[in-house]
Amino acid sequence: MSFEEICQILKSQFGDAIEETAVDSCRPYVVVSNDKWTEVATFLRNDQRMAFDFVQCISAIDLLADDKLACVYDLAAMSPVSATEDMTYARELAVRVTTDRNNPQIASVAHLWAAADWHEREAYDLMGIDFPGHPNLERILCPDDWVGHPLRKDYAHPLEYHGIPGTTEHELKSPRH
Amino acid sequence: MADTIAPTNPADASAPRQADVRTEEMLVNMGPQHPSTHGVLRVVLRTDGEMVLESVPHIGYLHRCAEKIGENVAPYQYVPYTDRMDYLAGMNNNQAFALAVEKLTGLEVPERAQYIRVMFAELNRIASHLVAIGTYGLDMGAFTPFLYCFREREMLLDLFESACGARLTYSYITVGGVTDDLPDNFVDVCSEFLDYFEPKVDDYNNLLSYNHIFVKRTGGVGVISAEDAIRFGLTGPVLRGSGVKFDLRKAKPYEIYDRFNFDVPVGLPGGTGEIPRGVVVGDCWSRYYVRVKEMIESVKIIRQCLRDIPAADEKEGVCHKKCKTVKLPDDEVYLEIENPRGQLGFYVKGDGSAIPARVKARGPSFCNLCVLEYAGKNCLLADIPAIIGSMDVVMGEVDR
Repeated sequence: MSFEEICQILKSQFGDAIEETAVDSCRPYVVVSNDKWTEVATFLRNDQRMAFDFVQCISAIDLLADDKLACVYDLAAMSPVSATEDMTYARELAVRVTTDRNNPQIASVAHLWAAADWHEREAYDLMGIDFPGHPNLERILCPDDWVGHPLRKDYAHPLEYHGIPGTTEHELKSPRH
Repeated sequence: MADTIAPTNPADASAPRQADVRTEEMLVNMGPQHPSTHGVLRVVLRTDGEMVLESVPHIGYLHRCAEKIGENVAPYQYVPYTDRMDYLAGMNNNQAFALAVEKLTGLEVPERAQYIRVMFAELNRIASHLVAIGTYGLDMGAFTPFLYCFREREMLLDLFESACGARLTYSYITVGGVTDDLPDNFVDVCSEFLDYFEPKVDDYNNLLSYNHIFVKRTGGVGVISAEDAIRFGLTGPVLRGSGVKFDLRKAKPYEIYDRFNFDVPVGLPGGTGEIPRGVVVGDCWSRYYVRVKEMIESVKIIRQCLRDIPAADEKEGVCHKKCKTVKLPDDEVYLEIENPRGQLGFYVKGDGSAIPARVKARGPSFCNLCVLEYAGKNCLLADIPAIIGSMDVVMGEVDR
């Protein structure tokens, strides 16, 4: 099933919730409205025609110019599981869900795809996106008491952490630092 | 643990003492400095005697925010950082990032460079699997196979050194091609190594794979079904060990993999063919054995590469001329390749300048490790190293 056909089905099913279809992108993606994301995700996972059962990656991105954060979900549907025939991806789809930068929230999909659990924790940790409905939304790579979300474009490096001095290049004045 | 030993039913004094042992649950902290966690992985185990009721992995001890670095340097400058993610498979990591950037920018790679890339990716797959197999034996208490594996790996590292000067962090495969052409006698030296190496796989099998103790420790342990493997997003030998014949080199051939003949090994039930009894599809032994078989398939691919590689072309070279000056369009790409540990993906977003706006790595070890919470439940304490080892995680890439 081609990207256009998938978009067609999604549009007929959800109408305006499909905000944009970037067909000409190097890797085409659809933009799904934030408040309809749970329904669209459930449809993508459970509908017979879609059956996206595999999460390749969830990438959080900072769209500072638009004052937004976003998550890009790279989903795939495995062809019927086989131990004897070489399998392929039956379908692939990239979905982008944007959220407000000041109160970033995107509904969790960890209940649909177990693989999303750690990806969402990572996005929370490094980009500071809240995923309502996540079973255990804690920092995963940074320490629990870390301040800020390092992958945000406006992140300021800490100058001290538990007595460990941190420096930026501009402040590096003496060799003792 | 067993602080009180009292009969469960005091009236029945004849009850066997064994059943009387009442134990208390205990939290055991395994790692981050533990030899069988393959780096700095910390697992908190909730145990009841020898039984593990729950295991919760804690990661991040090696976190260097490599993705943030990617937003501050040009793609060709970022290649050395990808080496340091999965440091046992540097070539494959270089290749994944290079391919993603090339797809985004439309850079074309000379054909000879593509052959060189595939060849080194497969050589690195063998080197990486040798470490996986050797250290897995070490985890299970078998010291000798480790030395055998490292003996052969040493020769591979010599091959890498002859081509790029480095033995671990290569940065050889770069955006637009490879940094340098092959040394003059490489084809002969490499074929010589393959002839030497292929029969050695039988040695590993006799030493370790079919060893009774090893099979007892790993067969039927940590079983992951095919459905669960897909649900948790597992990839690579872990996925194929569960009987899912999915390999990106076949499913979505990148580079020039569609030109080669090779098989995709999967986990098979015990008692069929050479598979020992007691083995179940999706257990630790199956995951281990898929790696052994993959080394033979890699040898097949490298032989075909050596046979078909086009002669050096002085004019074209082995790298695109614009590899250091290329600008990234205002667009995004996500591309995955088959790394020795599973599918390594790179999401790269450009903004029109020479420096990416976002680089995200989907590490196969990171994604495979998330199943530990599920697989390391209700098993014996001694099974935990077996399960972690069979995942073959590299913490450098889990934590990035």
